[in-house]
Amino acid sequence: MNDAKGGGPDKPRAIVVGHGEFAGGLVSAVGQICGLADKLVVLSMMGKTPEDIEGAIREEIARTGARVIFTDLPAGSATLAARRIVKEDPGVVLVSGVNLATLLDFVFNTEVSPTEAARAAAERGKASLIVVGR
Amino acid sequence: MGINLYRIDDRLIHGQVVVGWGQPLNVRFLVLVDDLVASSDWEKELYRMAIPPEMEIFFADVGTAIRDHPRYASDPRPGLLITGDIGSMLRLVKGVKAIGNVNLGGIHHRAGRAEKLRYVFLTPEEEEQLRDLEASGVEVTAQDVPSARAVALPEVLDGESK
Repeated sequence: MNDAKGGGPDKPRAIVVGHGEFAGGLVSAVGQICGLADKLVVLSMMGKTPEDIEGAIREEIARTGARVIFTDLPAGSATLAARRIVKEDPGVVLVSGVNLATLLDFVFNTEVSPTEAARAAAERGKASLIVVGR
Repeated sequence: MGINLYRIDDRLIHGQVVVGWGQPLNVRFLVLVDDLVASSDWEKELYRMAIPPEMEIFFADVGTAIRDHPRYASDPRPGLLITGDIGSMLRLVKGVKAIGNVNLGGIHHRAGRAEKLRYVFLTPEEEEQLRDLEASGVEVTAQDVPSARAVALPEVLDGESK
């Protein structure tokens, strides 16, 4: 189903899920900056039970072949749902605490597998957090 | 200090609990009361890894939570106790007999439940359990986050605020 580059050249490579409109806003920003929003699937948690969230992520993995899940909060329901999925399928990678720098690095890094790209993107995302001023 | 908030939320540990309530209440320990979670090492580890390092988490089935409630209540730190369903909270309330308020934080849609609030969907049996909670001397209000209005149980059950 998946090749090393993800679910196929025209398919999304990752699922982004978070609270409120977070995922949609983040992916919209990716689209505005580089036009690669179609490499990401947006899922909202609003009004969903943990089972609904887990089911929705599983559906998108099955539909797209994506092997990477980005979530916002480590304590969030989406992160817990994704960790259940990773437990069953260690080939899927979860990155929690996603930010815009992480996603931008990920969508451009097509020379490696999505899971490798996710690990590299997480490092870029960490490094993008800076504090300026006293 | 002890338990500052008793909450019913089918998502158990998640952002609203850890951050939304955890920050303003300065919560330093969580009590997750759930029979299934308490019986699974993997589930306990899943939730343990979700909480920030400044918080401690205790896992208990309902019976253990009733037994250990005096210890939670006398803990010098601010705490939050959570159940994933109304029935577990009702059993806890009846066993402890020292719980004055319960927060209905999230019971989401599934077959057989009717919408009462945006974040509260109930079966007729669950409505009855909530009435039973109040009949036990507990004030039940629905409030997903601290900045929201606390909705009294009769208004919740009326469903006009959804």
